[in-house]
Amino acid sequence: MRQVLEGSHAISEAVRLARVQVTAGYPITPQTHIIEAISEHFADGTMTGRFIPVESEHSSMAAVVGAATTGVRTFTATSSHGLALMHEILFIASSVRMPIVMLVANRAVSAPINIWADHSDIMPERDTGWVQIFAENGQEVYDLTLMAFKIAEDKRVLLPTMVNMDGFTLSHVIEPVVMLDQAEVDGLLPPFEAARMLDPEKPHTIGPFGDGTVYTEVKMAQDAALAAAAGVFDEVTAEFAQKFGNQYQAIETYQCDDAETIIISMGSVGETARSAVDEMRAGGQKVGQLSIRLWRPFPLARFKEAVAGAQNLAILDRHLIPGCQGGPIGLEARSAFYQDQNGPCIFDFVAGLGGRELSRATFKEIVRQAATGEPQKNNHTFLDVRLS
Amino acid sequence: MSTQAISYEKVSPKNLPQFEAIASGHRACQGCAEMLAQRLVLKAAGPDVIVANATGCMEVTTTPYPQTAWKVPWMHVAFENASAVGSGIEAARKALFAKGRLAKNDTKIIVMGGDGGTADIGFQSLSGALERGHDFTYVCYDNEAYMNTGIQRSSATPPGAWTTTSPLGRNVELAGPPIRMSEMLATLEGAGFVARVAVNNIKNLMKAKKALKRAFEYQTKGLGFGFVEVLSACPTNWKMSPQEANQRVGNEMISYFPLGVFKDAAKGA
Repeated sequence: MRQVLEGSHAISEAVRLARVQVTAGYPITPQTHIIEAISEHFADGTMTGRFIPVESEHSSMAAVVGAATTGVRTFTATSSHGLALMHEILFIASSVRMPIVMLVANRAVSAPINIWADHSDIMPERDTGWVQIFAENGQEVYDLTLMAFKIAEDKRVLLPTMVNMDGFTLSHVIEPVVMLDQAEVDGLLPPFEAARMLDPEKPHTIGPFGDGTVYTEVKMAQDAALAAAAGVFDEVTAEFAQKFGNQYQAIETYQCDDAETIIISMGSVGETARSAVDEMRAGGQKVGQLSIRLWRPFPLARFKEAVAGAQNLAILDRHLIPGCQGGPIGLEARSAFYQDQNGPCIFDFVAGLGGRELSRATFKEIVRQAATGEPQKNNHTFLDVRLS
Repeated sequence: MSTQAISYEKVSPKNLPQFEAIASGHRACQGCAEMLAQRLVLKAAGPDVIVANATGCMEVTTTPYPQTAWKVPWMHVAFENASAVGSGIEAARKALFAKGRLAKNDTKIIVMGGDGGTADIGFQSLSGALERGHDFTYVCYDNEAYMNTGIQRSSATPPGAWTTTSPLGRNVELAGPPIRMSEMLATLEGAGFVARVAVNNIKNLMKAKKALKRAFEYQTKGLGFGFVEVLSACPTNWKMSPQEANQRVGNEMISYFPLGVFKDAAKGA
């Protein structure tokens, strides 16, 4: 059934249909509409279980870790500083292997305080061991939130999973979304069966002290599980496509086959980039576009295969790694091709920070700059910077 | 909050339960009063219990992976958030019970931490959990400083006390006076039962167990938040023999942190 609603409410509907038992939430723009709607679901009885209106995001993450350990399906959502405040517990959630699902409405991190979209909140959390997925529109946010539970809870994975959507651009935009009914979602998501539980009948010790004799092995096992999530992502998206039609890939490509230059981005700007590609193609330019949907685990082979044959990669990073060589996608791409003799030339553009507009002109400009072949100073360029 | 009366149970060394939740062979120091207190807490609770533990000696000494001393379900997440973890556990158990996936809903949930993990870094999550009215029992083991990290001052370090970060002794004029957790929490409306106990002698040990049982009754009957502060000697870091340390609890600690029941709302106290 097609409904017209904002991205945040598409998520709260997905969470309701997933029969989430415990949700913890704390207000932060632009995520707040999600937990407001979920609170209403609990209040009107369309969701059963508990909503915990915690006193901080740090406690939000801790509460869902505790709840998940008890054997229930859990959800929370946050943005920006809320995600930063959770930082410590994000590592623990993945290390104790709790299949929590979290929605991150991506927003810039202070200072200056800025509530608009970029990826400076999620990128510092890149290494926390979570499965990390990016959506480009309201429909994707809805579908991916549902699939996130299935990926997280798979016995081969058992890792927390976060779905990222650009703040305001997706969280607050009202658009048509094809919704599933309860029977369809139940068919996709069987009841959550916890692998381990805090159960007096069968006591377990969870979150112990581990010294150097075991720590590496624990981290290796965690890394293997995160790597396995790539295969599970493919299985779950294939099942979703077969059941409901919408197709999702770890690496999404558009007009890449004969492209000389491929634009690479993550998040909602992918749609703008594809419009730019259409216009450039109409003008005879061989340009393609690639969206990284599955950021962690990074689908390395799939990524390299998708851009094979391109001369230039024009990367748009909505996050700056200060004192480094640009943004995280730029680093990832350079690292992917480091030892290849015939790899593409890689150009990294830092833009779209703090909600700065990214238009078709932006993508045409990065393709133009990449085509000059001129090496970038310190491997990156700030775009659209006003210097006076 | 209901004001129904709760029956007191007479506690004596004779009726102390045989049940031990913590196996011998754990790595706590000789004479550790915190471990003694923890054993007592679990005796008072019995085997139908879930424990959420803040970072500290009790976590480090009992769970050197792949070993564990715990015979009951136990979880550690981090230092400052044991109350939030307990909130999640309590909410999830209630959700499971409401769905019929748990046969009963009177499993005791204990959240515990040291004085630093309670009065300093863990105070926000404790305050939030208390305000939201989660049904769990919080136990604070107070030995007057951060002992696991090596004797640093906390907000429960009393005036004059030496620690590695108050090398001249806590100077109230410079560092302010300590926080008395029980007195403060008793003023909050959501707190049902608040008591400070000690485990320095048999008489106090029995009083402690009585207070703990009462706190658990508050939890299982949904009568309000239960908080029990247990004054515990730390012979190793107080640089004393266990006997001297216990005597110090009686001679010095209790005079600054008086024992007693600060709130017993259901009794109408």
